[in-house]
Amino acid sequence: MTTNILMPALSPTMEEGTLTKWLVKEGDEVHSGDILAEIETDKATMEFEAVDEGRIGKILVPEGTEGVKVNQPIAVLLAEGEEAGAAPDIEAAMASIKTAVDEEAKTPAKQPTGSPQKEVPDARGESGGGVKPDKAPPETGGDGQRVFASPLARRIAAQKGIDLSSLSGSGPRGRIVKADVEGARVSATPAQPRAAAAPSPAPAGTSLAGIAPLPDARAYFKPDDYEEIPHDSMRKAIARRLTSAKTLMPHFYLTVDCQIDELLAARARLNAASPKEGGYKLSVNDFVVKAAAGALIRVPEVNASWTDNAILRHRHADIGVAVALDFGLITPIVFHAEEKGLATISAEVKALAERARTKKLKPAEFEGGSFAISNLGMYGIRDFTAVINPPHAAILAVGAGEQRAVVRNGKVEIATVMTVTMSCDHRVIDGATGARFLQAFKLFVEDPAALLL
Amino acid sequence: MADAFDVLVIGSGPAGYVCAIRAAQLGQKVAIVERERLGGICLNWGCIPTKALLRSSEIWHLMQRLNEFGFSAENFKFDLPKIVDRSRKVAQQLSNGVAFLMKKHKIQVIAGEAKLAGKGMVAVTKDGKATEYSAKNIVLATGARARSLPGLEPDGKLIWTYREALVPDTFPKSLLVVGSGAIGIEFASFFHTLGSKVTVVEVLDRVLPVEDEEISSLAAKAFAKQGMTIKTATTVEKLEKTNGSVTAILKTKDGKTETLTVDRVISAVGIVGNVENLGLEQAGVKVEKSHVVIDQWGATGVPGIWAIGDLAGPPWLAHKGMHEGVIVAERIAGVKGTHPLDTSKIPGCTYCWPQVASVGMTEVKAKAAGRKIKVGRFPFIGNGKAIALGEPEGLVKTVFDAETGELLGAHMIGAEVTELIHGYTIARTLEATEAELAATVFPHPTLSEMLHEAVLAADGAALHI
Repeated sequence: MTTNILMPALSPTMEEGTLTKWLVKEGDEVHSGDILAEIETDKATMEFEAVDEGRIGKILVPEGTEGVKVNQPIAVLLAEGEEAGAAPDIEAAMASIKTAVDEEAKTPAKQPTGSPQKEVPDARGESGGGVKPDKAPPETGGDGQRVFASPLARRIAAQKGIDLSSLSGSGPRGRIVKADVEGARVSATPAQPRAAAAPSPAPAGTSLAGIAPLPDARAYFKPDDYEEIPHDSMRKAIARRLTSAKTLMPHFYLTVDCQIDELLAARARLNAASPKEGGYKLSVNDFVVKAAAGALIRVPEVNASWTDNAILRHRHADIGVAVALDFGLITPIVFHAEEKGLATISAEVKALAERARTKKLKPAEFEGGSFAISNLGMYGIRDFTAVINPPHAAILAVGAGEQRAVVRNGKVEIATVMTVTMSCDHRVIDGATGARFLQAFKLFVEDPAALLL
Repeated sequence: MADAFDVLVIGSGPAGYVCAIRAAQLGQKVAIVERERLGGICLNWGCIPTKALLRSSEIWHLMQRLNEFGFSAENFKFDLPKIVDRSRKVAQQLSNGVAFLMKKHKIQVIAGEAKLAGKGMVAVTKDGKATEYSAKNIVLATGARARSLPGLEPDGKLIWTYREALVPDTFPKSLLVVGSGAIGIEFASFFHTLGSKVTVVEVLDRVLPVEDEEISSLAAKAFAKQGMTIKTATTVEKLEKTNGSVTAILKTKDGKTETLTVDRVISAVGIVGNVENLGLEQAGVKVEKSHVVIDQWGATGVPGIWAIGDLAGPPWLAHKGMHEGVIVAERIAGVKGTHPLDTSKIPGCTYCWPQVASVGMTEVKAKAAGRKIKVGRFPFIGNGKAIALGEPEGLVKTVFDAETGELLGAHMIGAEVTELIHGYTIARTLEATEAELAATVFPHPTLSEMLHEAVLAADGAALHI
């Protein structure tokens, strides 16, 4: 029995990924649990383990291939004693891959009458071919992914300024047809073939029809005057998600100044008391995470997510902490932050950030969460607003703690002040609710002892 | 109770037998019930035997033109019983072919009249004896029959339906055809070509009323030139049968009454679905205007009961029924990626002389739908192969959306156009625009070059006109 090894879905939202590296080669024996390949999704590189044992008969997708759809066959696993050439299933699997088809053309079918299709369990979508996947594997070229679309769909998309790569096709094997383009909303991004980064189709009722697409920036510059950096999958994901979020979520903003001299003093005391072994070094941000967790439990209306028919109020404060990377941005999550002490939070954030920088995060570590914190204080930013990262309903933008003149009891005094601005999804959070959250947050930050309450 | 099936198809016409084959291919245990002959109307009393008859009349037509092609012969005759006999043999051969296909796919053929008999049950009556079968899925494919209008009821002797017209016991010297749809016009063409004096009466204001108006008008001119009498916007008020002839009282649009005496009348005034005696009402299957109501997947709304083909409504075309059969079989088997049938991509063909074929919107409909259009026309006279064949009359017409280049419709009249229309059907299915069609290389010399030219013509770039 030959088995097709399929492109795995390494996270619930993964639709495609890059097959970065094969760790096995054709002819290798593999056992359950062996690492077969490294696969890069839009946020992380992950190892793909073998489930079955056998011998790698054929690698169907070469390493370095981008945009490999989930469930596309990527290799063929042979049972013991089987020869690659003799297995009809290999030919069947090959039929779904262009490169393999080319090879097949060179080698005549071994069976006298059988076309490869005959060996495939019958699942043809349209009349004809026996190719299994409903959505065709994309043909990859040097500059990225080929989008399968009908000529008419391409023309209508170009006319309306719709980015085809943002659509999913309903035609045979996932081909984008006229109906898909007509059903799509006009995107807010320029129609650049293969440039990606357009909002995915929006939930019904939020039509943006009539908004003109943005012009292609290339129109304004001479080709020699810039360098083109093609989007990687993370850049595409950031563009897609944040464009959707900022377009579809009604954001509003609440700003509050927090005096953190007490916090700094407590931090200094605690850090000084850190044991030699198993020690910790608390950052201001660790206190911010803990204070936010406390505030989320006190004002649970903020610890929530919007869905079309209900608000999901979360039982735990799962706080995403934005981590800047050389190549983008990611938000690993401190789960159940309300139950964790400062030292634990501190250690976790450090470990998550380190793994994020080396692209080793698992999707479960950065997908979801109930709230997020973005801190640009280390860059001297005083105050800023952040874009909410769905499925959250709010994000807290944290500025630098700096000495400012404050008026206390009618006198001008010097205090260390940190300004925070919360972006709220107004569908979930109303102004007063958000304000109550910030009151609680301010209390916990200004007087960390209150966290003991 | 007899056997239990995954799929039981009632009716073995093109919709039914194709559904059965596809279901069997997908691993279902399938049975098909037929009360008459395998292949249904299409093979036995419709598409196929009429094409056999029309082939004879085409040869007869060419024989009239022997001189033109450099032959001479005298005293040639036709033998109607032989023409009919050939047509019947063709039908028989294909019906046997369906029997072979059923056997090949291990589909059990059950002879008899089927009726729904409770959830998942079908009773089949043969020679007064009923047998019950159980099936997880029942596919209704009982087809349709000729519509009968009050006062114009066919009697099978002087007033024929397609059934008698296919096996004429006598050659009518004069013939009245009521209805100028595909069925009426094909018989009018057959009998007229063989020398019958044919009058066609159409209640609407043009012949082949579903076709593009320009094509209708060209067809009417061609028929008139051949000597056929066409009376549009005319109704048959009454048919008076006398010994061996029929006198028709016709009423024209302006209210005038005419009388016409003919040997035979063919009634081709549409069809009605075979919805009777199937137990549809008890089963809760909804019927509207003599057709079973279905959704886009052929589901009737009653779990496990599906309907396809003519029974399930227009367009009444065998190829539409076949596609529905495939869709239903795939839905039953849970095949992923099955798409519903888009009727705007179903071609229609009429095998009169000259032939007519079309797909998609007519020019008038496209305009009425608010589309900004561009129309391409290319006449047969500009095509080398048409001239060489001696068939220089006809037209190929394209209707494009001027903004998107979508091929909204294509319409043609002339020799062999029924064999050409699929080119445009493929283009519509693949959503090709005028650009891809213009970039396609058509072989020379063929009639198909006109498909190319009619596309170029839409942009004023036709080469041979």
